[in-house]
Amino acid sequence: MAVSVDEAVPTGPVRDHTPPARRFGGRGRSVLEIALLTVLAVVMLFPVLWMIETSIKENRDVYAIPAKFFDFTVTLDHFKDVFIASGGRSALSVSFLNSVVVAGVSTVLATVLGVPAAWAYSRFAVKAKKDQLFFILSTRFMPPVVVVIPIFLMYRQVGLIDTKLGLILIYTAFNVPFTIWMMKGFVDEVPAEYEDAAMLDGYTRLQAFWRFTLPLLVPGIAATAVFALIFSWNEFVFAIFLTSSDDVRTAPPAIAGLIGGTTVDWGLVAAASVVFALPVLAFAYLVRKHLIAGVTLGAVRR
Amino acid sequence: MGTVAVHGLCKSFGKVQALDGVTLDVPDGSFFVVLGPSGAGKTTTLRAIAGLEKLDAGSVHLDGRDATGDAPAARDLAMVFQSYALYPRHTAYENIASPLRARRCSSSEVAAAVEQMSSLLHIERLLQRRPAQLSGGEMQRVALARALVRRPRAFLMDEPLTNLDLKLRVEMRTELTRIHRSLGGTFVYVTNDQVEALSMADQVAVLKEGKVQQVGTPTEVYERPANQWVAGFVGSPPISLLACHAEGDRLVGAEGWTLPRPRWTTAEDGRPLLLGLRAEDLSVEQRGDASLSGELYGLEPLGDRTVVDVRVGTEILKVKARPTVTGTPGERLHVTVDLDRAHLFDAGTGLALSEAGR
Repeated sequence: MAVSVDEAVPTGPVRDHTPPARRFGGRGRSVLEIALLTVLAVVMLFPVLWMIETSIKENRDVYAIPAKFFDFTVTLDHFKDVFIASGGRSALSVSFLNSVVVAGVSTVLATVLGVPAAWAYSRFAVKAKKDQLFFILSTRFMPPVVVVIPIFLMYRQVGLIDTKLGLILIYTAFNVPFTIWMMKGFVDEVPAEYEDAAMLDGYTRLQAFWRFTLPLLVPGIAATAVFALIFSWNEFVFAIFLTSSDDVRTAPPAIAGLIGGTTVDWGLVAAASVVFALPVLAFAYLVRKHLIAGVTLGAVRR
Repeated sequence: MGTVAVHGLCKSFGKVQALDGVTLDVPDGSFFVVLGPSGAGKTTTLRAIAGLEKLDAGSVHLDGRDATGDAPAARDLAMVFQSYALYPRHTAYENIASPLRARRCSSSEVAAAVEQMSSLLHIERLLQRRPAQLSGGEMQRVALARALVRRPRAFLMDEPLTNLDLKLRVEMRTELTRIHRSLGGTFVYVTNDQVEALSMADQVAVLKEGKVQQVGTPTEVYERPANQWVAGFVGSPPISLLACHAEGDRLVGAEGWTLPRPRWTTAEDGRPLLLGLRAEDLSVEQRGDASLSGELYGLEPLGDRTVVDVRVGTEILKVKARPTVTGTPGERLHVTVDLDRAHLFDAGTGLALSEAGR
């Protein structure tokens, strides 16, 4: 997809031995680039490295001054503490389980609702289609924190406060617009003629979609679902406002809750954070291509 | 097997009027070609028959029954798409079998039908491949097999040969005619290629800007074009049109030439006319008294014949000549006109003058 500079410069029959002046500029620039990127990478990755180190240090090494970078004793006790408390499962492990349920169910719901909607917006002449799509997109314009108070009040009225269902619903509501927009791009790429042909073969419109278009959308659905999953997994604001008890809370507010007592078990916080970050890293790695495609989606087409 | 009739089809896409009152009557078992330039509404007509397009007005009758609101699946039609629209994840075999699978045929029936079709179209060895592994011509055959595997009311074909190279196109033209003869059935075939229309059709409907210009046999459309536009669209090289008017027993050209007035025309003196002359009805050899003088403008040798461009005044006549003809541009020459085969059109409306006396 991306064309490197070398490919973009035509390597036609004109070959001369002195490389064009641009090349020197290019090389000089790339040295500078590498230097700047290295600085940036160190700055960005240092907290991550520190988190990982802290999660495997013994408590006295965590507080050591000067800080120990290399010569500390490695321990996995913090990770054990994340999952096991005295006498059974820890509150943290319950929160991780809650996160899995909430993120998983809301992603499935958003996909089930959003994919057919995207198909409809792509295939049918809908009245004021552009306005509708813009409205759907506009629900993502405002930061969640703007609506958290009204939603809190509404949830209190209908008894959804401090329930997993409440979180699932709100995450679904946030993920459906995203799913529609992302999936519409993928559906647009599949020629409508496959469905036309299927309908003439004798299938109904829905059968045509289900049997012939949907299988072609699977990679797009997977990518979209991963984005929705990551959003729900990471979400903090709604989770902290709308839930309070340990058996409902998801991981982000639970981890945040570890900080703030008289003593903070930094080893445990770091270990919990590592466990929390792993699924996101894994999924982001799976969809790294679509991550870029998603950013440029619509920028080059039509 | 099936008749297809459409009446007063209207369809607009935004500001573009794609169909403007299209009425067609396709007799049972005929090879019916809808001919027109791109943007004439040919594909939209076909999609309307198939039920893929929601109409603004008009009706579709299949076998005499109103099917205007029916779903595509209920219409019992088969279609070959210009892009072939083969299912990319299915093998050629599964593509061809799809219409039968939709109708829940047993797998032995499916196997027999697919085998029969693939031998008819010589694609037996391609059956396990996917569309991506097929060439354009092979995809075209698979798409054709998918349509022909069933015996529907009618077969709809949307420019099925357009994406093939010239040699294959000529080959498939003969083959499609052969298939129509051996299988029977009603074919509605859309094309912008007048050679396909003239060589394959029982009936041709010429479409322009969503309106039917003329319906008739290929001979009728070629020999008696209903208007100036049809005359210009059908035929290669294109017909030459000269502005003129009748004056007593002569036709007087705007460029000063005169010709004997054809016996059959009834146009009153002075009415502005267009004289339509096909290349094969003109000759650079001296024969008879009806002739125009002009100068040689250019030669287009085409192997079996040479088209001679002759300039008469400011207008160019295309004249069919022997391949051996030679000449230098600027040379004076006489063009003999076969007035019995000439066409006259009203210069204002473009409509052909009555040829009742012909």
